[in-house]
Amino acid sequence: MTEMLVLDNLTKRFGPFVAVDGISLEVKPGEVLGFLGPNGAGKSTTMKMAAGFLIPDAGIARICGHDVATDARAAKQHLGYLPEGAPGYSEMTALGMLRFAASIRGLSGAAARTAIDSAIERADLATVANQTIETLSKGFKRRVGLAQAILHDPDVLILDEPTDGLDPNQKHQVRNLIRDMAAQKAIIISTHILEEVDAVCSRAVIIDRGRIVADGTARELKRRAENHNAVVMRVAAGDLDKAKKALAALKGTGRVETVSRGKTGARLRVYPVTTKSIASDVAAALKAKRIHVQELNVEEGRLEDVFRDITSSEAELAEVANG
Amino acid sequence: MGNILTIAKRELKAYFGTPIAYVFLAIFVALTGVFTFFIGDFLGRGVADLQPFFQYHPWLYLMLVPAISMRLWAEERKSGTIELLMTLPVTTTEVVIGKWLAGWVFLGLALVLTFPIWITVNVLGDPDNGVIAASYVGSFMVAGAFLAIGACMSALTRNQVIAFVLAAVVCFLFVMGGSGMVLDAAAGVLPDVVVQAIGNMSAMVHFDNIARGTLDVSDLTYFVSLTVFWLFANVLTIELKKAD
Repeated sequence: MTEMLVLDNLTKRFGPFVAVDGISLEVKPGEVLGFLGPNGAGKSTTMKMAAGFLIPDAGIARICGHDVATDARAAKQHLGYLPEGAPGYSEMTALGMLRFAASIRGLSGAAARTAIDSAIERADLATVANQTIETLSKGFKRRVGLAQAILHDPDVLILDEPTDGLDPNQKHQVRNLIRDMAAQKAIIISTHILEEVDAVCSRAVIIDRGRIVADGTARELKRRAENHNAVVMRVAAGDLDKAKKALAALKGTGRVETVSRGKTGARLRVYPVTTKSIASDVAAALKAKRIHVQELNVEEGRLEDVFRDITSSEAELAEVANG
Repeated sequence: MGNILTIAKRELKAYFGTPIAYVFLAIFVALTGVFTFFIGDFLGRGVADLQPFFQYHPWLYLMLVPAISMRLWAEERKSGTIELLMTLPVTTTEVVIGKWLAGWVFLGLALVLTFPIWITVNVLGDPDNGVIAASYVGSFMVAGAFLAIGACMSALTRNQVIAFVLAAVVCFLFVMGGSGMVLDAAAGVLPDVVVQAIGNMSAMVHFDNIARGTLDVSDLTYFVSLTVFWLFANVLTIELKKAD
């Protein structure tokens, strides 16, 4: 069995509203799947169903081969789950809450102490371990939730917005933590911070209106960006028209646009027709025409643009379909 | 079983995490005193028993048990910890029993703290301590059954005030069902069998039986069934609307 987490056609309706509409995906050990989507797209609902908290109207979620609905206890033993908003028992201390979780997880004595100490260290909670949760800042609360999720070294981690409310240093730390654990685990994190995908995820799934609209590595997704492999260059202002002509004549290039124009120089962007790189062709063509290039950059494409493009166009299509 | 105890322990700690627990215990002991001495006329009766003490217990529980039970589930819903709790490897039944058990132990503690009255009556006279022990058991059973009702009502809502009111109303039905007022009114329009059934449904009737000193199996069965029924309803409520 290679897939540790399998979602098969999960569907959830709230009244007439279809929150999650047939989501299927598999996460293998070593994979960190970034679950992206606009607010209300069904991210949290999907994660709640995957964790066995919400009962799906159709479909099955399996954790390490155990159906979360019918074989809940076995499934939950393999699962670490950080719910949305990282709820905690306000009157308990961070340590008390971890002890409670350890006890429920069947850890006792030395095993429990080791697990708790390790979780406290990895989530960097030592300074607040004896403080009640209600007195903790948002960032610490989230880290208590995270410590609770990783306490028993589970095979599958489902983390709903693990870095929300953390400062940049803490974010960095949590991402490192996730990366460190990634090798043997199947991890899903939901986020609306796209840089997170680049930082920790080996794969990204974008959902919109309860459906998967994109699934691939960050690099694959970026390939969908309009400006993927577009070349931006700076030439002397006098060379602008000459350069434009040369680029337009070149095979494999599409639109050429002027990005900015100043007294000394102008910036041009040339789009490729396919996703293939055109940088060397562009450089060669300009050199042949003796146009001096002051700067040349190949654009990778921004995930944010892809995200916006996919999720808004899908929304518009649905709008049209609904009449 | 281990999980039930872990949950019960956590809940019990949560009760004592705020001053409310101590306030509750103080009020409970004070109110039993008020009922016994002023309303029950304990000293004036000239009888060495604790009947004036015990007879008002169901009425006292009517207000105090919902105060204990209201937070059990409503708070979990409100703070979202229910999502955390129910995704741990526990069954709904274990959580339901664990939470109820914590409340029951707490109410048991409140009951234990009324021991001075037992000492008092033994100092003043020569009471039948068997009857008193049976009454304590009966009172504890009433508390457990009402607590099961309250816990189930708490599972219905995320608002503790609503949980309190619902629990008080349902408990009230189980107290009033056996009162002369209800039974007389029912006797006028309903056949005897039904009237008897209503009387048998009442916690008051069964508690009075026990408080007279007869720990009858049927009365104990009544309280156990009532408790189990409401705990079962509690499990169903959580299973069906865990995420609402």
